[in-house]
Amino acid sequence: MSRRHFVFLCLLPLSIFTLAFLAIPLGRLILASGESDRGWGIYLQILQTPRYLSTLLQTVVVSLAVTVAALAISTTAGLYLVRNRFVGRNVLLSILTLPLAFPGVVVGFMIILLGGRQGLVNQLLPGYWVFAYSITGLFLGYLYFSIPRVLLTVMAAAEKLDPALEEAARTLGAPPWRIVVDVLLPALAPALIAAGAIAFATAMGAFGTAFTLATDIDVLPMVIYTEFTLSANIAMASALSVVLGLVTWAMLLIARSFSGGAVAAGG
Amino acid sequence: MRHVARHVPLAVTLLACAFLLIPIIQSILAGLTVNYFRGLSSGLTLKWIGQVWQLYSGSIFLSIWLALACLVVTLVLGVPAAYVLARNPGRLSRVLEEFISLPLAIPGLALALALLQLYGSVQGFRTSWTFILVGHVLYTLPFMVRSVLSVLAAIDLKTLEEGAASLGAGPARRFIDIVVPNAMPGILAGALTVVTLSIGEFNLTWMLHTPYLKTLPVGLADSYASMRLEVASAYTLVFFVMIVPLLMAMQWASARAQRIMQ
Repeated sequence: MSRRHFVFLCLLPLSIFTLAFLAIPLGRLILASGESDRGWGIYLQILQTPRYLSTLLQTVVVSLAVTVAALAISTTAGLYLVRNRFVGRNVLLSILTLPLAFPGVVVGFMIILLGGRQGLVNQLLPGYWVFAYSITGLFLGYLYFSIPRVLLTVMAAAEKLDPALEEAARTLGAPPWRIVVDVLLPALAPALIAAGAIAFATAMGAFGTAFTLATDIDVLPMVIYTEFTLSANIAMASALSVVLGLVTWAMLLIARSFSGGAVAAGG
Repeated sequence: MRHVARHVPLAVTLLACAFLLIPIIQSILAGLTVNYFRGLSSGLTLKWIGQVWQLYSGSIFLSIWLALACLVVTLVLGVPAAYVLARNPGRLSRVLEEFISLPLAIPGLALALALLQLYGSVQGFRTSWTFILVGHVLYTLPFMVRSVLSVLAAIDLKTLEEGAASLGAGPARRFIDIVVPNAMPGILAGALTVVTLSIGEFNLTWMLHTPYLKTLPVGLADSYASMRLEVASAYTLVFFVMIVPLLMAMQWASARAQRIMQ
């Protein structure tokens, strides 16, 4: 067997699988989006129909809010954990990365346990605050699975920072907040952009969490799901999927151009 | 003021931990108490776990079976391909790697719609467990390929292979005797990632499953919607017991692979 043959044999199974179950289905999905009466005008219809447009906006706003909150929390916690060694540090780190393996449905259930009708908050303050099934619950659910992902990216970058830079700033008399603004954040910027893009893309496409929490909140994955299963509006479900896929794909391209790896997206 | 400001990062860290940990503890407790509303004073019980086993053991075994099948398929598809990509770094390899990584970027729901539209009417396939398997392989394959690729890219494979070739080893022999042993840390990390992700996969599986083929996370969604809180919590507890050791093993193996690369 020659080397060429061997290389061909090595790539053959992967190529067949990818062609049959990724390339052709995605092509079919794009074609299907143009198969309604409106043809390719369906993409224009998304922007012209108030329901789809407000869904799109609402999804973007929630995802942006989650991204900002996750960046703020995880950068603070990540920097603290990188720069301080103390008893229990590893325990805290384990807790903060635990949700990495939780599917979106489980995250949704975690939020129900906190803020559902039978949840902790409602037990402590009866009748005051049931937030799990609202946009607040969705925000907290997305935050729940975003914190660990952002944290790992930020910590990986923070560990590579040169402590000499910070020392130089300190000896030059910079107060702590100036060191954060002028030294740490610029040095971490690529990692923060990458982590933010991953968090945004994950929140945009999160189906499981929304499915558990909010059957009546219009976020993009839920609308795609109801268009497909309840309304049997295949073309619109496909078109919205294409839009969603393009947005999340573009986000992860940004993330990859700023830092090497990507953390699993699934919510 | 400055004194207070110094403790803000610690406070944020602890609050974040509390936010993530409290519902986990709640679900563990709720799964083990007789009546969650009356609290722990109603007593501890394994009744709910037993009920979960009666209702959902099939879905647990299906998930384990799917994860193992998914592992075998990603090994067969991924390891040889990663080897070729590592040996021929170039534009074409980058494009291929980028393309098989698309399922990381495109939400599972969209991928599932694509699969359903193409294969939904193929009766024997649509209703069999292999249809779900395809979704899982699609989603986990990029992790296997990248994990193996990053280890292989860090060693001087070319020199090793030339040495073996000069001793008369053919390409297949070199792959088995040189590439696979050297790639082992990456294969191990990739394998644990594949199994962990497959057991937890919901977004694709929910669309691809049939009423007779419920995986563990699909069963979880089912129990959240229709079972009492104690049963849903007990089922979540069973899931935690399976997934947390896997996650820890996966993190250990990934850190080990990275250490070896350096």
